[in-house]
Amino acid sequence: MGQSLSIRQLEAWYGTNQTLKGINMEIAANQVTAIIGPSGCGKSTFVRCINRMHETLPGSKVKGEIILNGESIYGQDPVSLRKTVGMVFQKPNPFPSMTIFENVVAGVKLNGMRNRQNLQTIAEKSLRMAALWDEVKDRLNYSGMSLSGGQQQRLCIARALAVEPSVLLMDEPASALDPIATMRIEELVGQLKSEYTIVIVTHNMQQAARIADTTAFFLNGELVEHGPTSEIFTNPRDKRTEDYITGRFG
Amino acid sequence: MRQTLNEGQQVLTTLLKEMGEEVTRILQGSMKALYSLDRTQAEYWISEDQKVNDYERQVDDECVLLIATQQPVAKDLRKIISAMKISTDLERMADLAIDIAKIVRRIEGPLCKPLIDIPCMAEEALKMMNQGLEAYSREDMVLAQNLAELDDAVDHLYNQVVRDLLIIMTQEPNNLDQGMHLTFVARYLERIADHATNIGENVIYIATAERKDLNS
Repeated sequence: MGQSLSIRQLEAWYGTNQTLKGINMEIAANQVTAIIGPSGCGKSTFVRCINRMHETLPGSKVKGEIILNGESIYGQDPVSLRKTVGMVFQKPNPFPSMTIFENVVAGVKLNGMRNRQNLQTIAEKSLRMAALWDEVKDRLNYSGMSLSGGQQQRLCIARALAVEPSVLLMDEPASALDPIATMRIEELVGQLKSEYTIVIVTHNMQQAARIADTTAFFLNGELVEHGPTSEIFTNPRDKRTEDYITGRFG
Repeated sequence: MRQTLNEGQQVLTTLLKEMGEEVTRILQGSMKALYSLDRTQAEYWISEDQKVNDYERQVDDECVLLIATQQPVAKDLRKIISAMKISTDLERMADLAIDIAKIVRRIEGPLCKPLIDIPCMAEEALKMMNQGLEAYSREDMVLAQNLAELDDAVDHLYNQVVRDLLIIMTQEPNNLDQGMHLTFVARYLERIADHATNIGENVIYIATAERKDLNS
């Protein structure tokens, strides 16, 4: 099941450049939360803070608190945190030297799982959840790179799901895909939310409108507005949100 | 594909169907009140107006949400725009049905003529509305186009009723007041049928993107 997140006074820097300026936000379990905003607004930094990737960059700094299911993520080992908080990136990045099967189970093998039978069960379950099983079940030993872009992205989602996270972070997961592959990813997100809490960064506002339960608008490192998607896209409270979603700026 | 959009369109179809059932209830109730000149019944149907208004608002809200969040284009967009227009037609039909109930308040009985063509008009108008909604639900062009013929039949009945009432009013000036009221009832029923043909026009627009006048 998904877990809820509570973000309190989150600040982040790249060197001297402050990219997040005191974000307070509640992310409900088993919901899709979309983060929208113009380039450089801090939306990618925000999700990279949630699985503690941001702090791995030289010169970066984070302040504030992120509570995952009642527990601070900063009290946890970052590697084990990333088992609970999975991430899918903008560009599909299957491991090039691995087969489809090896790609899916790479994370669980890294965690020590070796039993072939179990690995096969996990691979099938993850590929089914990522809506890819039917397309690849007869060629699990082919290279992950033999798949189309959309399939590669679903393979990466399967890989993230294989370690059974509670939260799935997606950083523009469909921006490198064609409209049909994008639609498949969007449908998949809708199906996965019953099992996971999903936070999706997108510069495609229409995508946020289509798939998210709640939408947060970031601007210049600040959270301008966060609310039900149905309200953000029909009657936003803040003039800046309205100007952005109507294309008046950004 | 487009599960949310498809579900939203299904919600619209259901809302319009339920709205049509409400219009049917109000019109049939108002007509019964007219046949028996029962003012208590008439008052009841007048008070039922809000339900249809609520449905219209629900349809509008659902359409706004789908347009804002699902970016419908082509036929999907036409279907949503048409749902808004059909709900307006249904709301106007309910208003006209309630206008008939309001006329019952003012008629002093007994009726100056047996009501034969007027009940036929009400029945035909409702049949047309239901056929229009069925055509919308199935995107059935044949059902939609057939509304033009049904509307001609209602127009014919309307002309017949007006002619009959004119004769009654000119022969007996005491019937003038009631004759005028019944003429209005016939006029309202004819307008309800016109709104039903509008539903058909929207169905044709959804299917072909062309505007066709079924009232001509």
